Amino acid sequence: MSNMNYTLETVALAVGAFLALLGVAFAQDSQFAAHMWVLFFSLFAGAVVMVRRVTFAPAVAVQKAGRQSEYFDEVVKHGVIATVFWGVVGFLVGVVVALQLAFPDLNIEPWLNFGRTRPLHTSAVIFAFGGNALIATSFYVVQRTSRARLFGGNLGWFVFWGYQLFIVMAATGYLLGITQSREYAEPEWYVDIWLTIVWVAYLVVFLGTILRRKEPHIYVANWFYLAFIVTIAMLHVVNNLAVPVSFLGVKSYSAFSGVQDALTQWWYGHNAVGFFLTAGFLGMMYYFIPKQVNRPVYSYRLSIIHFWALIFMYIWAGPHHLHYTALPDWAQTLGMVFSIMLWVPSWGGMINGLMTLSGAWDRIRTDPIVRMLVIAVAFYGMATFEGPMMSVKAVNSLSHYTDWTIGHVHSGALGWKGMITFGAIYFLVPKLWNRNRLYSLALVNWHFWLATLGIVVYAAVMWVAGVQQGLMWREYDDQGFLVYSFAETVSAMFPYYVLRAVGGGMFLLGALIMAFNVTMTILGYERRERLPGAAPAAALQPAE
Amino acid sequence: MGILDKHHFVERNATLLLVGSLFVVSIGGIVEIVPLFYLENTIEKVDGMRPYSPLELAGRNIYIREGCYACHSQMIRPFRDEVERYGHYSLAAESMYDHPFQWGSKRTGPDLARVGDRYSNEWHVQHLIEPRSVVPESVMPSYAFLKDTPLQVTNVTMDLKANRAVGVPYTDDMLENAQVDLKAQADPNADTSGVSERYPKAKIGDFDGNAAQLTEMDALVAYLQMLGTLVDFSHL
Repeated sequence: MSNMNYTLETVALAVGAFLALLGVAFAQDSQFAAHMWVLFFSLFAGAVVMVRRVTFAPAVAVQKAGRQSEYFDEVVKHGVIATVFWGVVGFLVGVVVALQLAFPDLNIEPWLNFGRTRPLHTSAVIFAFGGNALIATSFYVVQRTSRARLFGGNLGWFVFWGYQLFIVMAATGYLLGITQSREYAEPEWYVDIWLTIVWVAYLVVFLGTILRRKEPHIYVANWFYLAFIVTIAMLHVVNNLAVPVSFLGVKSYSAFSGVQDALTQWWYGHNAVGFFLTAGFLGMMYYFIPKQVNRPVYSYRLSIIHFWALIFMYIWAGPHHLHYTALPDWAQTLGMVFSIMLWVPSWGGMINGLMTLSGAWDRIRTDPIVRMLVIAVAFYGMATFEGPMMSVKAVNSLSHYTDWTIGHVHSGALGWKGMITFGAIYFLVPKLWNRNRLYSLALVNWHFWLATLGIVVYAAVMWVAGVQQGLMWREYDDQGFLVYSFAETVSAMFPYYVLRAVGGGMFLLGALIMAFNVTMTILGYERRERLPGAAPAAALQPAE
Repeated sequence: MGILDKHHFVERNATLLLVGSLFVVSIGGIVEIVPLFYLENTIEKVDGMRPYSPLELAGRNIYIREGCYACHSQMIRPFRDEVERYGHYSLAAESMYDHPFQWGSKRTGPDLARVGDRYSNEWHVQHLIEPRSVVPESVMPSYAFLKDTPLQVTNVTMDLKANRAVGVPYTDDMLENAQVDLKAQADPNADTSGVSERYPKAKIGDFDGNAAQLTEMDALVAYLQMLGTLVDFSHL
């Protein structure tokens, strides 16, 4: 059984490494050559690791049969570790770029200038941290709720490692200056093609598992995961349509221009939020909250309405990123109307998540993991109220182009996506590694408060900063002259930028505590501590 | 609620769920995006608009490479304060040859849609080398390396061809002379009549103050100096 020995995989990696080397040799530009070196070393390292694992003894058929009957959790374990790792990396880069804005001397040209580190931060958090969380949890959830082993055998490994390769290529590309300049879709054409291949494999694995399910119904969490996978495939392919200058060079030119290009990009951009950062994470909510509080989902009917309404309306919301631009008015208004309507299904989902705690509200007091999941849904509710408000044209005329938008994004990304992921990780780690409990629940509590306070500081500071910025830009004096030069509005931002870095730093510190806690749990340690919610130690009894 | 009771058909059939989801998420994009390729006010042509000269295009690619769009918009909204600060509000036609668009989403720095002709070449070069030497409040990173980096000119013709493939009306004449035009535009001693004829209003001269070498600084400043200058708004 060559399959068990990974011979084919090893050869594929070696061939890939060789092709990368050819790419270096025949590159049309120095960026492509540098990027192909990165690819070569990644694939070469992979091939070396695989060679060391190849055994020439025939695979034991019995072992294989035994493994087939179990859930495929090795890939989920890898995914959880990758999520924690990329989370810490993404938050760390976030703190660095925040400090670069406050103290510009921290820019190190050319590779570590803000224009290149900013997409590194956004992609690391959205795609590396969030993407790994989505892939890992979806693989875990779809197996449990379908009572079936993951479809496709080693294809699951291909999805995981293929996705890591995408992350490495995207991240190194940004620092080398390889970018399409499409926000949250910056990687160039060849990295996009690679992601498309990985994503199709992801769809095959996920859908295949659903198709071999032993449960008659497809569980609601899987609706959201499936819609997320399919929609991201559509958005990714259309938004990245481009003509490469050379098949051995980095540069490509978008198939669309100007106003058409702008709306295509924000149709993608807003639905990267709607489907990557919302639908997929709602899938997490629908599994991990009921599991952790041991209660069924509050309303089945609400989940049906919420699902179809959410995925239908989100797609329309893109134009609110282009209010008062050269995009036609009717499209802006349509985007605004749908964005406001979107408030309803969003809160439907929030209510369904929160009300699942009915009869178990005390768990918020006694279980820090529940507390994390609940605050995630609360932040989801806040962000999905703020979003529709900011999509109102009159509000947007003030908020657009300012740091208010940055604050809004972070209350969603840190508060909702981050917190629900942390909750899921704390749920998964003891189960995947067969531990009685986490190393320390007290540390989960520390993580919870550091992260929550960090987000509150961040969002509040950026909101004030954005409103002030917007008001200063449009302030007139009695004579009818603009009061502030642009440079004055920049220097007014300094204290906010410093405070923002403090908020982000607290969030990072919380994530580091989580990384420590998860590591110790995996290594098998248990910290001796009084469990939250347990009765305090009995008072000392007088000696008889 | 009869229709909700029928939902179990969808829940039991993965293909139906998949196709149904894909159908539902397709509608919004089709309704909003497709008309933009046909409606008059999104595809109209405005006098003065022309494709980028090879040097401007090279500069634009550096602008993209460095992620300038992360802090600078190129889209002036029709508000009194913006029009006074930056100039006439932006028209759809002004970005009709922009593959990709550079409207941006954040103004950590000012809008650049009409920054062309506002400052001298020397100011731009100095500002890119050491931003705080000319704007003390600035938080912009330094881009001094551009002045020392020779412009890679191996495949500018291929860049023009790729643009033509996506709809930019570069003529055969432009393609044939791309390499020559690229160098001539930044060389005060060259015959630049061809550049001016093919690319009206193109800024010509030694942009970075170093005539001996064609650098990335030349290209980027050439691009910045033409931004927003093609359409004449004086008699609109």
